[in-house]
Amino acid sequence: MVLLERVGLHYGGRSAGSRQAAPDVLHDLNFAVPAGGFRWLLGPSGAGKTSLLRLLYLAVRPTAGRLDILGIPVGQAARGTLPRLRRRIGVVFQDFRLLPHLTAYDNVALPLRIAGRPEGQIRADVSEMLRWVGLARKHASHPAELSGGEQQRVAIARAVINRPDLLLADEPTGNLDEGQAERLMQLLKEMNRLGTTVMVATHNDGLVARHPARALRLDQGRLIADG
Amino acid sequence: MGETVTAGARRARLRPAGFDDLGVRRALSDRLLPALVAAMTFLAALTLAGAVATSSLAHHWQHGAAAALTVQVPDPGASPASGEGTRLTRVVAILTDAPGIAEARALDRAELTDLLRPWLGRDLAAAAIGPAAAGGDKGGAAADPAQAPLALPLPGVVQVRLDRPGVDLTGLARRLDQAAPGTLVESHGLWVQRLSALARSLQACAAVVLVVVVLVAAAVVAVATRAGLAARRDAIEIVHGLGATDRYIAGRFARRTTMLAAVGAAVGAAAALPVLIGLAGLAAPFASFGPEAEGGAGLLAAVPGSLWLALPCLPLVAAAIGWMTAQGTVRRWLRRLP
Repeated sequence: MVLLERVGLHYGGRSAGSRQAAPDVLHDLNFAVPAGGFRWLLGPSGAGKTSLLRLLYLAVRPTAGRLDILGIPVGQAARGTLPRLRRRIGVVFQDFRLLPHLTAYDNVALPLRIAGRPEGQIRADVSEMLRWVGLARKHASHPAELSGGEQQRVAIARAVINRPDLLLADEPTGNLDEGQAERLMQLLKEMNRLGTTVMVATHNDGLVARHPARALRLDQGRLIADG
Repeated sequence: MGETVTAGARRARLRPAGFDDLGVRRALSDRLLPALVAAMTFLAALTLAGAVATSSLAHHWQHGAAAALTVQVPDPGASPASGEGTRLTRVVAILTDAPGIAEARALDRAELTDLLRPWLGRDLAAAAIGPAAAGGDKGGAAADPAQAPLALPLPGVVQVRLDRPGVDLTGLARRLDQAAPGTLVESHGLWVQRLSALARSLQACAAVVLVVVVLVAAAVVAVATRAGLAARRDAIEIVHGLGATDRYIAGRFARRTTMLAAVGAAVGAAAALPVLIGLAGLAAPFASFGPEAEGGAGLLAAVPGSLWLALPCLPLVAAAIGWMTAQGTVRRWLRRLP
C-alpha cells in the first residue's frame, strides 16, 4: 500500500542565479492507496504527475512529509534498503526506456537477472511473459526493430515480470493508437485483478471515460481531488 | 511460436551468467585503456629492473668490499714490539682473535707477485719478492729481502674479511700499531658507504616512480570509467530503477576494467621483457648475478630471478588497480542516485 502525509518535493537545492531555494514541485500531498487498489492520476501538463510518480518509484526521495511505500518509510530508509523495494515496484514509461542494445527477451529478463534469479527460472518466466503480451515471435528483436506498441508491450512485460506489488505507469498510452492503448489497459487491469496496486498517470480523457475508477487529481503540485 | 521462444531461451542459457546489460563493453573500449596501461606497465617493469639491479649491486658491494679490510705490515719479517713470532704473524694473530673478524689471511708470494705484476711485470715482480722456494713457508708472505734480487722493502699484506659491518676499526688499528708500529689498516668502508647511499637513493627513486606509475594508472582507469559512466548514464539509471544495487552496477564496470587492465599490463610486461633481457646481458659482468653464458639461454639466465617473479605479478597488480579504481569511481558516482 501507498501512504502520503504532508509530502513535499523540490529539486536540487537552489535555482541558478537565485539565493532562494528551488520552488516546490509538490506541496502537502495527503492520500492513501490500499493494497490492490487502482488509481488514475490526472491533471494538466506540469501539474506534478510525473514528479509524484518519481517519488513513488523511488527515483527521488520526498523533501518533506512522510511517504510509506509497501510499508517502508522511504524518507528515513537506509539507501541500501531501496534496491530491494524497487524490485517490488514495476514502472511503465511513456518513452518505454528499454535498453536498445538488448533483445526483447533480455530486456524482459533484466529485472530477474538483477534480482539474481537462476537462469532456468528466468527462461520459463520470460517465455511465458512474452507469450502473455503476444510477443513470443519477437523475442530476439531489438527495440529499434519493434513498433511503438510492441515496445510498450515489452516495457509492460519487463514491469510485471517480477510480479510487483505496485505497478506505476506514466502516460503509458502517449505513443500508442487507440487499439494499442485499449490492449494496454486490459493488461494493466488484469494485473490489478491479480492483486497488484496500479496507478496510471494520463491525460487521455477518453481512456479514463472508458475505464472509470477512482482518480487523484493534481494541479500546480497540489492534490485537488481524491475520488 | 513456442518453438521460437524455446530457441531464444536456449541461446539465453548459453549466454554467460553476467551478460553485458549496461553495454560497458562498448562504453569502455578495448583500445585506449589497455594501451595506456601497457605503457604504464612497461615503465613499471623497467623501474623494477632498475631497482632489482641496484639492489643486487648494493648487496654485492656490501658483502664484497664493505666486509673487506687490507692491513699492510711494513718490515714483516722483523720482531714485533710485543709478543712472539714476526711482526706479520703477530698482526695476523691479533686480527684472528679480534671480534667481528671472519678471516685474516696473509697473502702468499704468488698473490703478492700477482699484485705487483701490473706495475713491474712478471719477472721483476718475482725478482722483487724473491722465489717462493727460497722464502720457505713460515710466516706466510714474509719475503726475505736477501733472497730477492731487487730487494724492494715490500710490506706484508693481510687480507681481512669482516663477518659484520660496524667493527671498531679504530681500536683495532691502535692495537695493531702497538704490536707492529707502522701497520696500516685500510678500510673500504667509506667507499662502500658512499656507494650504498647511492644505491639506496636509486632505490628510493625507483619506489617513487612506481608509486607515481600506480597513481597515474589509477587515474587513467578512473577517467576511462567516468567516461563510460557518462556514456551509459541512461542504461545505469534504468538498471538502478529496476532495483540494481551499487554492487551490481559497480561490478559490471569493475569486471570490464579489470580485464582491460590485465590485458594491457600483460602486453606491457611482454614488451618490456626483451629490453630487460638486453639490459641484463649488459649488466651481467658488473654484478654477481647471472652466469656469463653465451647465447639466448645465457641472456635469459642473466635476468635476475626476482624479476622473473615480478613480471607476471604486473598484470595481477594492474588488474587489482583496475578493479579497485572502477569500484570506487562507480560507487562514488552512484551516490548521486537515491
